[in-house]
Amino acid sequence: MARKSKKSANYLSARTIRRTAKENRRITRQFEQKLNRKHVAPSEYATVMKDPANVLEVEDLKTYFFTDAGTVKAVDGVSFEVPRGKTIGLVGESGCGKSVTSLSIMQLLQRPQGQIVSGAIRLTQDHGQAVDITKMPIHAMEKIRGKDVSMIFQEPMTSLNPVFKIGSQLDEVIGLHNPDMDKDAVKKRTIEMLELVSIANSGAVYDMYPHQLSGGMRQRVMIAIALACSPKVIIADEPTTALDVTIQAQILDILRRLKDQINSSIVLITHDLGVIAEMADEVVVMYAGRIVEKGTVEEIFKHPSHPYTLGLMASKPVVSRHVERLYSIPGNVPNPIEMPDYCYFRDRCDRAFEPCYGEYPPMISLSPTHKVACYCYQQPADKKE
Amino acid sequence: MAKHTTSHPSQTTPPSQELLSVSHLKTYFPIKSGVLQRVTGYVKAVDDISFKLYPGQTMSLVGESGCGKTTAGRTILRLTPKSAGEVVFEGKDIYKLDAQELRALRPQMQLIFQDPYSSLSPRMPVGEIIAEAPRQHHIVPKEQFDTYIDKIMKDCGLQPYHRDRYPHEFSGGQRQRICIARALALNPKFIVCDEPVSALDVSIQAQIINLLMDLQAQYNLTYLFISHDLSVVEHISDLIGVMYLGDLVERGTKKEVFARPLHPYTQALFSAIPVPDPDYKMNRIILEGSIPSPANPPAGCKFHTRCRYCMEICKQQVPPSYEVEPGHVVNCHLYEGSPVVDDLTGSDDMEVQLAREKLAAAEDRAAGAAAARGQLSVDDIVSENLSEEARTDSQEAVLDRSSEWMKEREQQLERMQADRRQAEPAAAGAAPAGDESAEAPASPEK
Repeated sequence: MARKSKKSANYLSARTIRRTAKENRRITRQFEQKLNRKHVAPSEYATVMKDPANVLEVEDLKTYFFTDAGTVKAVDGVSFEVPRGKTIGLVGESGCGKSVTSLSIMQLLQRPQGQIVSGAIRLTQDHGQAVDITKMPIHAMEKIRGKDVSMIFQEPMTSLNPVFKIGSQLDEVIGLHNPDMDKDAVKKRTIEMLELVSIANSGAVYDMYPHQLSGGMRQRVMIAIALACSPKVIIADEPTTALDVTIQAQILDILRRLKDQINSSIVLITHDLGVIAEMADEVVVMYAGRIVEKGTVEEIFKHPSHPYTLGLMASKPVVSRHVERLYSIPGNVPNPIEMPDYCYFRDRCDRAFEPCYGEYPPMISLSPTHKVACYCYQQPADKKE
Repeated sequence: MAKHTTSHPSQTTPPSQELLSVSHLKTYFPIKSGVLQRVTGYVKAVDDISFKLYPGQTMSLVGESGCGKTTAGRTILRLTPKSAGEVVFEGKDIYKLDAQELRALRPQMQLIFQDPYSSLSPRMPVGEIIAEAPRQHHIVPKEQFDTYIDKIMKDCGLQPYHRDRYPHEFSGGQRQRICIARALALNPKFIVCDEPVSALDVSIQAQIINLLMDLQAQYNLTYLFISHDLSVVEHISDLIGVMYLGDLVERGTKKEVFARPLHPYTQALFSAIPVPDPDYKMNRIILEGSIPSPANPPAGCKFHTRCRYCMEICKQQVPPSYEVEPGHVVNCHLYEGSPVVDDLTGSDDMEVQLAREKLAAAEDRAAGAAAARGQLSVDDIVSENLSEEARTDSQEAVLDRSSEWMKEREQQLERMQADRRQAEPAAAGAAPAGDESAEAPASPEK
């Protein structure tokens, strides 16, 4: 019985799927044509930063995946700013759109299904200029990726190419973005970079293959590759999740030191609140493709406001804080294909009350920097009637 | 479960008698090389570990990856052959049993694997995955079999209609529940949990940890919990063993090890735990380099290459086990002068007492808490955290501040809610209902 009803709810006929697929192809073709254009005048994607102190501004970013089962709104209206020299922490459970946000910034989405539908990603350039990554064609992005914005990937075990030596993988980045450097200069710079990330015998590591290194060493190499061209923004997507705590401490130490050394900003993506508390200046909490709360690290950890943030903090055991029983957030994340039109967290929330049954809550400011998307904090005066 | 175990006299174990005792256990894997596959050396995955476990206790093994935690767990279950030492389970050395006796003992000791995505057969329905082993071992009579499986599934938070579904239809957390049900269905006394939560999300982790602790209270289970997540370990365990390169470098009760880590490696490991509090500035001890190869470990104390307090003696002599406090044993030359324990002497009293305390606590909990547990909300948990006494000074201050803030915020919320009720007297009934109907979901319905 129960099985049958489940099937009917999720059942899609072949005809529906064909129709969706055809429609999706039509939509994605338009996006693809725009991205594949050559000889685009730089003026088309030139823009100015809203605040010159920021290096990266993400505004109302919407990244959708057009799948045969329906459109997945992986990132749905995300806005945040990365000031120069600061670290922004993106927190949330798996599937909440953290990684898709970062891949959108790098323009590394799984195409053609994944497309930036609307919004703006402004990245600062020299001489007060800026570019909008969402409007950039692929060939223009290639010049920026790795040079002005670069990424440290989650799994050091799989993101290095096993058939190339460490040295040649690092040389590639440096050589590509500095065409006027000769081979010896590139190699010298590579060895410098390896020393910078505290690899002891950098000359020998230059000639090694990835499998000869341990996990911590590989992650250092990844950091060296990401930092090779002194990027303005470094996106670190769960840089320490696959590593042990003692190695994690080493890697975080290197990241913090190098960030100041080359004066760049970090977007740190992780689900470990401990790492965020230690590294970040500002925190963005995401849930089901939207930002539910953002603020400075003190505000988020001292005055967590959104019920989801509170639940996330209570469900993580903390050393030297004893609880009889861990809190766990009831229920599941809603289906990403058919997102409800009310607050996504309502069905799991223990504070839900009547406004929550209306439309998705707006961002409510608790302080100039602290914003939360929850009706609990709406002042009765400005409540809509 | 009666059929097979009746032949063995020690069926019920009083809390004063140990369930498991491991002494000088070693597991070496041969390294073969050349055309003739000659043995050229050994990887010393587990190198001399000893501990005792009493019924109802949880012992955790912590350490970096590659330190031999998993191999230790598997060797204790006789899934990997040992090289030396002995494992005594309920008075029987499991390495001296023949195949038939071992088969009879198997249901008593079970294993929960790390990755719920690869440890369930994709071709078997969930009911069959859980029922296969109890059917083979004749755990319950045939006519009660279906109700028994339903009960086990219910205890693990699964619904009876899940029996016909396949593993791919479940999320990671649900799959881990299936793995737990599979282990529990054999009515075991001892379960090795090999990183059961490290592949799960934070909120799912909490559900699984709660489930494991509930089942322990309900079935009086004994866990050997293998993990590298120290905050989880601190929450769930009674005893802690810290492993480094195959050695058990420190062992003791949770309170002692966390309050006063003695071994320099334990100190470094604990200082590396990130604390979710921006004000918490700790003196982090960053270990240089990485873990040496277990095929060629350093001479003397294995940790001396990375140790802050390395002395001349550390490079030459393997440190013996010093019992610094009763039940708190450390392998380090720094504590020379403390009594040396060769085997497992001396530490008994402390552990027996701990086991009794835990048993009493479990009974108390079972008596009264079931009803109250159903109504926990976030705020309760947060305030519960805050009212707890045992914590360090620096955190005390931070927590005090945030508890003040919580009160403030609660008052503010109450005021807002009162305003709202005044504004809309008709809808007022619905408002508080939402606040109070919260439930902690992981508790299996009884």
